[in-house]
Amino acid sequence: MTTSQPLTGTQPTVRTCPLDAPEEYRALRAQAPVAQVTFPDGAEGWLISRYEDVKTVLADQRFSANRPTLTGGGAADGAPPVRPGWFIFMDAPEHTRFRRLLTGEFTVRRMRQLVPAVEQIVAERLDAMAGAGSPVDLVQAFALPIPSLVICELLGVPYADREEFQRNSANMLSLTADAEVVQGAWEALRQHMHRLVRAKRAEPTDDILGKLVQAGELTDEELAGVGSLLLFAGHETTANMIALGTMCLLENPDQLAALRADPALWDDAIEELLRYLTIIQYGLRRVALEDVELHGHRIKAGSLVVTALSSGNRDTEKFSDHPDQLDVARARGPHLAFGHGIHQCIGQQLARVEMRAALRALFDRFPTLRLAVPAEDVPMRHDMVIYGVHELSVAW
Amino acid sequence: MKVIIDEDKCVGAGQCVLAAPDVFDQRDEDGIVVLLDALPPDALRSQVENAAALCPALAIEVVK
Ligand code: HEM
Ligand code: SF4
Repeated sequence: MTTSQPLTGTQPTVRTCPLDAPEEYRALRAQAPVAQVTFPDGAEGWLISRYEDVKTVLADQRFSANRPTLTGGGAADGAPPVRPGWFIFMDAPEHTRFRRLLTGEFTVRRMRQLVPAVEQIVAERLDAMAGAGSPVDLVQAFALPIPSLVICELLGVPYADREEFQRNSANMLSLTADAEVVQGAWEALRQHMHRLVRAKRAEPTDDILGKLVQAGELTDEELAGVGSLLLFAGHETTANMIALGTMCLLENPDQLAALRADPALWDDAIEELLRYLTIIQYGLRRVALEDVELHGHRIKAGSLVVTALSSGNRDTEKFSDHPDQLDVARARGPHLAFGHGIHQCIGQQLARVEMRAALRALFDRFPTLRLAVPAEDVPMRHDMVIYGVHELSVAW
Repeated sequence: MKVIIDEDKCVGAGQCVLAAPDVFDQRDEDGIVVLLDALPPDALRSQVENAAALCPALAIEVVK
């Protein structure tokens, strides 16, 4: 860092309550909303903790999304290569080209049309759970397979390939599998995407990849990249919202009771869970392309800037009514769980459809659902980019 | 109340459609915002203002 100011500390990562953001954020928001810190991976930069500032930074294209990885990497002096098709790391106008090709596939209307297919997938998983009998690990039996199967539907993965696809995406995300298995799963998925693209070139289909192929704007490399980005960005995120959302509702029985009494609250409840849990727990990384002034601090070109979504979503300036409480009837306000600015989650309407279908049906199907272990014993994803539970043993 | 949209800024996030379905829609081809009602009745004011606040791309402007 080429600045004379001392570092003010490290990014808060320790949670006192597994469902609350780290407490230090409160003090940061009050006293050092633009703080110079060291991040968990050792990188140094600026931590933005207030709601309004998070939005300001994410809407400002002087902050580039072209950073090396979601977790790692400090200031970019020389833009790192972006994997073909991974527009999450691209800036406009390159980003715009990819995003515009896809937004038509993710409209509110398109996602509503997917509801029956999603409900069917959910119902099959619930049948399988009922068949296996209580207790089960909700993560493996329910939360992970749903988004994986939905993405198969969206990308047009043939039924015969879905089991292999699902096994590979589970292994790709596994912590316990050997590095070789994880690497092998990545490679298998990459090849799978390439096979899919080739098949769709030969025989046009009506799914996202099929239509992208027909649009004729992207190379095979880019098409396979878009496919793997959708899987990567849409699988673990949605899975953790389903599993952590379940735990959160079980731990807040009054809120669950309110939902049971008035199912019309589910839409607001999903927004509240997204806000309250903000699973992208460390926030979003950007790199300043030029010097930028923020609250009297000069953020130098090349600096890493992290917007703490989880802190902004608990900011009393924005959510004046007890932001640290889960309130499924809270008036819906713009939360930051899907980010902000041009990269705001393209899959958010799909995520909403999946979460609503999954959580509603789960609590309807198993009215006596409960944690099978004490909440303190649930292994939390403390040091993972995407927060959630590693395993959630539930009984009914 | 008058509503102005900027199609070039829109990133097709669909927030406006959820917030004010009588005023905003999305084009089927590319998900870009469509203004259904440029002069919505005052009864929809809070919905429309919410849509403008939710829009991640600052593509919606509410005049008066
Ligand atoms: C609850 C579940 C989800 C959460 C919390 C979530 C969160 C996010 C966030 C915070 C971003 C912004 C990243 C940034 O600005 O750097 C993002 C972008 C993205 N998400 Fe999601 N997401 C979820 C589900 C999904 C689903 C289901 C899909 C697709 C099937 C998806 C695909 C994407 C893509 C492609 C991007 C990049 C968009 C761009 O750069 O323009 N996400 N997501
Ligand atoms: S909320 Fe904004 S970005 Fe999203 S569709 Fe509406 S106008 Fe476009």
